Amino acid sequence: MNTLLKSEAVAAGLPARAAPRERRWPLIGLAALLAAACLLPFFISNYRTFQFTLVLVNAIALLGINILTGYNGQISLGHGAFYALGAYTTAILIDQLGVPYWLTVPIAGAVCLVAGFLFGLPALRLHGLYLALATLALGVATPQLLKYKGIEEYTGGVQGIVILKPEAPFGLPLNPDQRLYFFSLTIMVLLFALARNLLRGRVGRAIVAIRDHPIAADAMGINSAMYKSLTFGVSAMYTGIAGALAAIAVQFVAPDSFAIGLSFAFLFGSVIGGIYSISGALYGALFLQFVPHLSEGISKAAPQAIFGVFLILFMFVMPAGIAGFVRLVSARAALRRRAGAQPAKGG
Amino acid sequence: MEAFLQQVLTGLSTGGIYASVALAVVMIYKATHHVNFAQGEMAMFSTYIAWQLMAWGLPYWGAFFLTIAISFVGGVVIERTIIRPFERQDAVLAVVTVFIGILLVLNSLAGWIWEYTIKVFPSPFPAGAVFGGLVSGHQLGLLGVTLAMLLLVYVFFRYTPLGLAMRAAAENPESSRLVGIRVSRMLALGWGLAGAIGAVAGMMVAPIVFLEPNMMLSILIYGFAGALLGGIDNPWGAVTGGFAVGVLENLMGAYVVGTDLKLTVALAVIVGVLLIKPSGLFGRTVVKRV
Repeated sequence: MNTLLKSEAVAAGLPARAAPRERRWPLIGLAALLAAACLLPFFISNYRTFQFTLVLVNAIALLGINILTGYNGQISLGHGAFYALGAYTTAILIDQLGVPYWLTVPIAGAVCLVAGFLFGLPALRLHGLYLALATLALGVATPQLLKYKGIEEYTGGVQGIVILKPEAPFGLPLNPDQRLYFFSLTIMVLLFALARNLLRGRVGRAIVAIRDHPIAADAMGINSAMYKSLTFGVSAMYTGIAGALAAIAVQFVAPDSFAIGLSFAFLFGSVIGGIYSISGALYGALFLQFVPHLSEGISKAAPQAIFGVFLILFMFVMPAGIAGFVRLVSARAALRRRAGAQPAKGG
Repeated sequence: MEAFLQQVLTGLSTGGIYASVALAVVMIYKATHHVNFAQGEMAMFSTYIAWQLMAWGLPYWGAFFLTIAISFVGGVVIERTIIRPFERQDAVLAVVTVFIGILLVLNSLAGWIWEYTIKVFPSPFPAGAVFGGLVSGHQLGLLGVTLAMLLLVYVFFRYTPLGLAMRAAAENPESSRLVGIRVSRMLALGWGLAGAIGAVAGMMVAPIVFLEPNMMLSILIYGFAGALLGGIDNPWGAVTGGFAVGVLENLMGAYVVGTDLKLTVALAVIVGVLLIKPSGLFGRTVVKRV
């Protein structure tokens, strides 16, 4: 792996401890962002609220990719399969068993955790390109598996499943779109906090060590087989929860919305946002939601072409994505501040 | 029994498609040590070029050879402009991402230029059926072309100094540089050849599956499955693997899983081979020094 990527990634996983005063600013920024996110749906139309709900949902999915590919170095081109699994779990639970929607999300997460862990076990033997290949095959085969006649009774076959919008909880004065937005926001904040704690501690260091030097990691006593399978499981859980939320928000699941293009879009969002970071997932999700809409006017093929061109360009110019760029800029600014403060102190 | 034989023969003829794509995959693997995810879309794009040339009035064989030449140049240009900066680094993620980028661009570009409607692509072989209606003339021709290509590739890599140099450049770039091989140029050449072989595969496949931007994606998966089954560094193995996957897919489709789970067979083959015998049936086991 390229040294630039590595150092930036390490910076993402294990940032140098900043002075207490400098550490306060990001926290304040985060609080402001959260407050803005809470106020947002009261100022925009219902359709926009729905779009931002999808941004939150995609951010969760992309975070799953970042954990697996960015931090652990296992490339997945088939995460659309886990997204589909989460979405179908939720849809079937609501449609067939009448489970309340908020309960289906953790269940979908658990199902995907197990499925991801199980897929992660054979994936242990695959490295780099070969894992990409196997997951690509998984992604391509997904719609076909969902259409399979034997499970049509539950999945609705090609038709898919239509689910109803959830009922209002405790009569809050929110319309359905706003409720879903806040529901997704809560889950997203929880999952981001979980990812941050997971990746900053001992587990995170082990995960990154396995990516950077598997043999050295083994030599240090890290059980890399366990960690790699678990990372696969956790990553699948994130993407699966995103799928579950998306199914609730869109109120519809069908096999053809989980084609390979979805998995490519996830990779795209992660790379653009910054695959070696947590915040990158959010940038990527914003990009994924709004850029194709802007470009659709040019041609039907334009969004995909733009995806492709951006993927290649970012690999050239900013392999650490928007998050890497932001970090670079803020690091430079901090350096300049310090350099500016120095002579003032001396003189 | 006759139905079974029929299934095997049909499998062999679709296997020919996979074999030719697998051959292109192995070709680029031998020359660059990358598995090219954009291979299918490169072949698809070449086929569109051939279609366009014929639409402008060129005869079939004229368009055929001109397309091969254009695809060769196209492959070299892609390597020189897009892949080259990533040559020296071992960043798998960067390479895979760039491949996916090329795939998306070529796919959407084809849709943009030639629309998403399905086009009929002509076959140079007689339309009539041979062997009592079991195999069509085109399928037999496809078989012949694949085998001829295989022979050419084999002779090229085995008996020409250039082929040897290309293999060396992919195998051990450092040592190759020391003995005076221009490694970077060899890689570009490898991409050119892969483009040309892909073009042939595309033009052979198109009369069967019809021409449209997404025609190669599932075929590429089967091609990968074939290449892996036979051994990713062995052209003979790849072709055998391609045929085997074709037969397996057809038999499984007819007798076990039904036609709607055929792609899953490819997935199972890929995962199965990688788990049980990662070097494939005829491949070499690579030992790496730490």
